[in-house]
Amino acid sequence: MTAAVFFGCAFIAFGPALALYIFTISTEPLRIIFLIVGAFFWLVSLLFSSLIWFMTTTLTDNKDEPREKYLLIFGVLISVLIQEMFRFAYYKLLKKASEGLKTINPYEEAPSMRLLAYVSGLGFGIMSGIFSFVNTLSDSLGPGTVGIHGDPPQFFLNSAFMTLVITLLHVFWGIVFFDGCAKKKWYTLLVVVLSHLLVSALTFISPHYGLNLVLAYIIMVLTGVWAFFVSGGSCRSLKLCLLCQDKDFLLFNQRAR
Amino acid sequence: MLTFMASDSEEEVCDERTSLMSAESPTPRSCQDGRQGLEDGESAAQWRSQESEEDHEDEDPDRYVCSGVPGRPPGLEEELTLKYGAKHVIMLFVPVTLCMIVVVATIKSVRFYTEKNGQLIYTPFSEDTPSVGRRLLNSVLNTLIMISVIVTMTIFLVVLYKYRCYKFIHGWLIMSSLMLLFLFTYIYLGEVLKTYNVAMDYPTLFLTVWNFGAVGMVCIHWKGPLVLQQAYLIMISALMALVFIKYLPEWSAWVILGAISVYDLVAVLCPKGPLRMLVETAQERNEPIFPALIYSSAMVWTVGMAKLDPSSQGALQLPYDPEMEDSYDSFGEPSYPDVFEPPLPGYPGEELEEEEERGVKLGLGDFIFYSVLVGKAAATGSGDWNTTLACFVAILIGLCLTLLLLAVFKKALPALPISITFGLIFYFSTDNLVRPFMDTLASHQLYI
Repeated sequence: MTAAVFFGCAFIAFGPALALYIFTISTEPLRIIFLIVGAFFWLVSLLFSSLIWFMTTTLTDNKDEPREKYLLIFGVLISVLIQEMFRFAYYKLLKKASEGLKTINPYEEAPSMRLLAYVSGLGFGIMSGIFSFVNTLSDSLGPGTVGIHGDPPQFFLNSAFMTLVITLLHVFWGIVFFDGCAKKKWYTLLVVVLSHLLVSALTFISPHYGLNLVLAYIIMVLTGVWAFFVSGGSCRSLKLCLLCQDKDFLLFNQRAR
Repeated sequence: MLTFMASDSEEEVCDERTSLMSAESPTPRSCQDGRQGLEDGESAAQWRSQESEEDHEDEDPDRYVCSGVPGRPPGLEEELTLKYGAKHVIMLFVPVTLCMIVVVATIKSVRFYTEKNGQLIYTPFSEDTPSVGRRLLNSVLNTLIMISVIVTMTIFLVVLYKYRCYKFIHGWLIMSSLMLLFLFTYIYLGEVLKTYNVAMDYPTLFLTVWNFGAVGMVCIHWKGPLVLQQAYLIMISALMALVFIKYLPEWSAWVILGAISVYDLVAVLCPKGPLRMLVETAQERNEPIFPALIYSSAMVWTVGMAKLDPSSQGALQLPYDPEMEDSYDSFGEPSYPDVFEPPLPGYPGEELEEEEERGVKLGLGDFIFYSVLVGKAAATGSGDWNTTLACFVAILIGLCLTLLLLAVFKKALPALPISITFGLIFYFSTDNLVRPFMDTLASHQLYI
């Protein structure tokens, strides 16, 4: 496989996340720290879910194929539940940290919960994307032909797009989840968990890439719109922003003169 | 068996430099005893700042940084506190990340550093035995020998420092940096050129290595721009880490990492620990740190007479001001506090009344052992990037927690234990548990 595949798939999968990082996170040190702590939480959740999967596979140690596939599916579902549990745990930690920051210095603005929701979602998303895709990506630099035994040749592209959609979904889920926790709307949490399970379950039908990807992107767009409205956006503010008439843009323009 | 003639000097480089320190201002206007002066390169992590009044400290005992700049209203001080805390963490994340990136990139591309080619004389027992018990025993023995060598070196250094044999220490450090900057760079360059099949003639090679090494010696031991000095310190830490990764056998490396973090903990926190004694002696004598053994992330602010100069906030890296040299002892330390800002031309009313430096210092040994951990994770484990990344994140989180503790306790702290513990836990668990899970998922194209 060629360098073109490598770079193309790398930028497809990680480009938007990198852009989000560069433009929103890398300017503020506190946000970088919260991002890394979020990534750490996702990592710990992955550790626990791998532990459970590993235990189940070693305990039921027979080599028939369907059993292994079922155990893998079970592993995936448990992993989704554990990830969402850790997202909740991170929310609790951030709430405590926020209060701590406020008491330490009441004059300085600590980051708002919404911002932390975005940062934590991005942390989860980046780590999830990296762990899912980076080994595949490094294999794409090596020699070989994809699909030589009849498998679909678009393996890399499909993985790259799926990684992208998972990363963005984590960002939106983070925003919606934290908002649900803050306003005590528990049905929001349930919807997030169910949509995560749905997206993961959709990947079980993996040879049929088209359906899998299209449905995942539809869910991403819906969740994105929901997150936009939850974080305070509205149709009017979007219109003003797109027509470059919003307050920030106008103030920025005045300052430049 | 490969032996290193002047290895003791490398040990030097790696043993004491295992903790965090915070920078201090050169102008000795500190009000507290022992909060003045400069840390030496030992495992002293102090979140000290230019303390000129104690009253501010008393008001806010739980602040991250005690800021005591005269003329600054207390609200403004508190306002700046947390920003400094997070900024300092990032100022350490960046060099640690860079060092790890250099080491991992080299390990993944240059095959020389993953080939088994003999062992150091400090780890004489071979791990080529088939039985697990024997191998474990050999690695534990290797660790004991290595740690005792390091302890001996440290105690020797403390004794030399106590009896003021500065010339000897200085010569020792110069020898070790000469070796790192010339010999190891030459070997590294040779291997990189071999890997990419690039030919270079000897005159060019000589010129390149000579320039690199000479500028490095000047920057590290004498004067130079801060960024260049930081870059050289990162490079020599990476070179040292690569040497360890190549010459330490598998299991010995992991046991040594564990043992050295325990040693670091003991040496820095115990009252009679060598590193703690070194720090306290340096503080009593109000002397600067050893050169070439500590990475400083200094930032300088110039505070005007009556008002805070807003344009001078932030990391202003300016060339070394030779005026400050005379306030230091015979070391002529460049590494500490090397940057001062002359009065800004746009503010005619301001004078350079107070220089305040706030920065954190991290020992080079910490860089080396973090990079050894991540490099070993990248070298072993069948081309798996997940393990490497997991160790990387774990080490950064450990560093973050250590800095948090530093802000809370405000005294010398070892930087190795928390990070190395997290790193080891994540290495073994990711390699054995997460890797099969993620590989199976990736091959079936399932996403979690």
